[in-house]
Amino acid sequence: MKPPPFDYVRADTVEEAVHLLAEYGDAACILAGGQSLIAMLNLRLLEPQLLIDISRIPALAEIREAGRKIEVGAAVTQNRLLAWPHLQDKLPLLAAMLPFVGHFQTRNKGTVCGSVAHADPSSEIPLALATLEGEVVLRSHSGTRVLAAREFQRGMLTTARRPDELITAVRFPIQTSRRVAFREVARRHGDFAIVAVAAVAAAGTIRFAVGGIAGQPVTRDFAAGGDLREAINALAWELEGYEDIHASSRMRRDLLRRVGPAVIEDALRCAA
Amino acid sequence: MRRLNSDHRGIVSIKLNGRRMSAEAEPRMLLSDFLRHALGATGTHVGCEHGICGACTVLLDGVAVRSCLTLATQADGREITTVESLATQTGALNALQQAFRNNHALQCGFCTPGILMSFTDFLRRNPRPSEAQVVEVLSGHICRCTGYAGIIAAVLEAAAVMNSSAGERP
Repeated sequence: MKPPPFDYVRADTVEEAVHLLAEYGDAACILAGGQSLIAMLNLRLLEPQLLIDISRIPALAEIREAGRKIEVGAAVTQNRLLAWPHLQDKLPLLAAMLPFVGHFQTRNKGTVCGSVAHADPSSEIPLALATLEGEVVLRSHSGTRVLAAREFQRGMLTTARRPDELITAVRFPIQTSRRVAFREVARRHGDFAIVAVAAVAAAGTIRFAVGGIAGQPVTRDFAAGGDLREAINALAWELEGYEDIHASSRMRRDLLRRVGPAVIEDALRCAA
Repeated sequence: MRRLNSDHRGIVSIKLNGRRMSAEAEPRMLLSDFLRHALGATGTHVGCEHGICGACTVLLDGVAVRSCLTLATQADGREITTVESLATQTGALNALQQAFRNNHALQCGFCTPGILMSFTDFLRRNPRPSEAQVVEVLSGHICRCTGYAGIIAAVLEAAAVMNSSAGERP
C-alpha cells in the first residue's frame, strides 16, 4: 500500500527538529532511515500529521568516542557503524550482532538510533544496548535527558521518550571483556528474531541477555560455574514468552533453554 | 529547512543513471512509484511495499536501498542507479547479467532487477565474496522461481569474471 498524506520537513539542525516536536508532539514522527517507519506508513499503521526528516543533519552523522563510551548519532546507519574500523576492538558484542540486523539492503539506510526508538522486542540493537548498559540521549526544547537503556525501553514498541523529545544519540560503554557471543533463531537470516540471546563473560560472572521473549530486552548476571541450565529454565518460566504467528510461548521458552546455554558456552570459549 | 505540505506537488530532481531528471511528487510518494510512474523507469519492480521482498532495490548514491522504503523527496538532489543502467546501449549484458543468464538465475524475472542492484553494490565493496556472504546478501530478496542456487552460482561466477578482467578495464 501507499503512505497516507503527511506534511514533510527536512530539518537542517537539531534545534529545528526539536522546535517542531515541541509544536506538534505525537502528531509528528521522526524520519531517519525509515526502514521501520515507512513500512508502517505503507501499511497504514501510523497516520502522522508531520514527518520530520533528520537524516541530513550533519551534527547527527557522527560516531565518536567520549569518556569511555562510543556515541552514535541519530543519522548513523547500521552499515556505517558495522564498517567503522574500531568496532571489533571497542564493541565486540555489537560487531557480532549488527550483521543480524535486517538485511544488507536495509542496513544501508536503517539507523542505529532508529532501531532503539522503534523498540521492537526481538530487535538486536536494543538488546545490545541493554546488555552493555548503554544510554539514550534525548533532546527537547527544555533540555537534554540521558536515560539508561533499561529505563528507556518500557515494553513492546514502548519507550520513555516524551512526544517532544528527539533521540540525538545512543552511547555504548567501551567493552573490557572480549568474551562475547550472540545467536538468534529466525525463519530467514535478517528476519525478526523469534529468540535472540547475547552473553558477555567477565571474571566470575556472565552477563546474559535475551530478546524476543518479553516486551523488552531482559538481562541477568549469572555466577560462572553455577547451574546455568537451571537458571535459564527458571528465567524461561519467569518470562513466559509471548505468542504470535511465528511461535508459541512454549516454543519461545524451549528455544531459550536450548540457545541460552550454547551462547554462554560460545562466550566462555572466546579468548580473553 | 525544507517544508512541504501534504498536498503540495513539489519538484524532485535526481540524477537517474547519469541523466538529470525531475518531476513533481507529493511528500508521501515513494521513490519506487516516482521512478516508475513519474519518470517512466519501469525496470524497478514493486512487490511487497514493506521492505521484505527486495524487488524494488535500487542504488542511492551508490548503495543498495529499498526504493519502497524511501520517499521520493528524500532522494532529491541525489543519484539513483537502476537496472536500466547495467546493459550497454546496444543491449550487451554486463558480467553480472551474463552470469545470471549462464546459470539460469532467473525464470519469471520479477525479482531480478532488485537482486542485480544489490549485488552491483555488494560486489563493488566485496570483489571476492565467499558463498556464505552471497547467501547473506541474498537473504534480503525473495525469489519464488529459482530456489536461489542458480543465483548464488551466478554471483560467484560474475565475481570471478570481473576479477579476471579487472586489469583490462579502461
